[in-house]
Amino acid sequence: MTIRLQKELEKLKKGILSLGAMVEERVRMAIQALELRDANLAEKIIKSDFKIDEFEIEVEEDCLKILALHQPVAVDLRFLIAVIKINNDLERIGDEAVNIAERIQIIAKRERLDIPFDYSLMADKTASMLKKSLDALVNMDDVLALDVLKLDDAIDDMKDQAYDVIKQAIREHTNRVGYLINLLLMCRHLERIADHATNIAEEVVYMVQGEIIRHGNVELEAKE
Amino acid sequence: MEHSLKIKIKNLDFYYGNFKALHDISLDIYTNQVTAFIGPSGCGKSTLLRCLNRMNDLIPISRVEGQILLDNQNINAPSVDVVTLRRNVGMVFQKPNPFPKTIFENVAYGLRVNGIKDKAYIANQVEKSLHQAAIWDEVKDRINDSALGLSGGQQQRLCIARALAIEPEVVLMDEPASALDPIATQKIEELIHQLKKLYTIIIVTHNMQQAARVSDITAFFYLGKLIEKDDTETLFTKPKLQQTEDYITGRFG
Repeated sequence: MTIRLQKELEKLKKGILSLGAMVEERVRMAIQALELRDANLAEKIIKSDFKIDEFEIEVEEDCLKILALHQPVAVDLRFLIAVIKINNDLERIGDEAVNIAERIQIIAKRERLDIPFDYSLMADKTASMLKKSLDALVNMDDVLALDVLKLDDAIDDMKDQAYDVIKQAIREHTNRVGYLINLLLMCRHLERIADHATNIAEEVVYMVQGEIIRHGNVELEAKE
Repeated sequence: MEHSLKIKIKNLDFYYGNFKALHDISLDIYTNQVTAFIGPSGCGKSTLLRCLNRMNDLIPISRVEGQILLDNQNINAPSVDVVTLRRNVGMVFQKPNPFPKTIFENVAYGLRVNGIKDKAYIANQVEKSLHQAAIWDEVKDRINDSALGLSGGQQQRLCIARALAIEPEVVLMDEPASALDPIATQKIEELIHQLKKLYTIIIVTHNMQQAARVSDITAFFYLGKLIEKDDTETLFTKPKLQQTEDYITGRFG
């Protein structure tokens, strides 16, 4: 009975990690498409999102099945709850990659206008946060997860910075307002991805420590 | 809600002959709460339960060291009358064990052996206990039929009514639902929930989900030692010790 539960949990872990890898790949593609203004790559992201959606449902059904059949407790219960939530975050990250892709399709048709804001830096930092949160999940590493939480402020600052830069650019290029709004919203999508990565990291801390640290309810320290 | 201390177990050791079954158990039990003892077979949880109303006195080679204080009174003191103790600390066993008497007489039995003769009082007490044990509606029309004609689940609730009739303060339950089907089990669990408003309840169970459902406090025992005790919610979501976690998640041995 419990050996079966362990096997089910192992399978579930593999599932959520595969989903994580898939989503991470989508984010990388979105960042590349953003840098190159590559509409074809963006198209690929939009067209393949259904795979992430299907995978998300599969993981959720596995979670519900395990809850109903095995009634896990303690660490197993925390793992399961964390997976249900992380699953949701991953799917939303996939959606944000699609949002970025859709904006790329719009701006790719227009003449390129560069503004003094480093998208690749923000994108890299976002991708690195996501990667770290997934590594923390793979290794059940609460120390790494707590590190991820510290990175989110920098992303928020960059988004604010982009806002100021784009506000200025709109003043200078009054005929490119639509284009610039799309650029601004691109930052918004990256920032949302970073937020979901933060959620994942918080769930990893919950899974390992049993402490709920959302909503600033945290001292950024790992347990002994 | 504040719960006052009902039973204080202090550095309790218990021996069956040379075998030390309980090692240095210290545990506080509070009024109007359900305390569950869990642990694998042979961990000492039933032994400890039986210490609380001195059922182990019946085993000649057994020996107790340390103290059990019930309302601050040492229950093993020479001055304590064991019959009085057991009247205050009632017990319900794993298998329903009604007497081969009528339903009424089963519940009245404890009152009669305690010398109560007032018929109106007895009748009143029987009805009240059957109500408390959530079985009154099922037996009120056949109160003078044999108790042996009841189903297993009904028999168990009858035994609970019998334990309640003499108005104990503490009710010990040793696997009270393990011989019952899920519906009867649910009734017993619901009953425990109701009874804790009036009594202090201690339950031994192998069914961990049951401990999780019915108790306020859970104590985990292993090899005669109290390993961990905590609020049931905490123990089943984030136990402090690995050993507890391994047991409740089934990763044992």
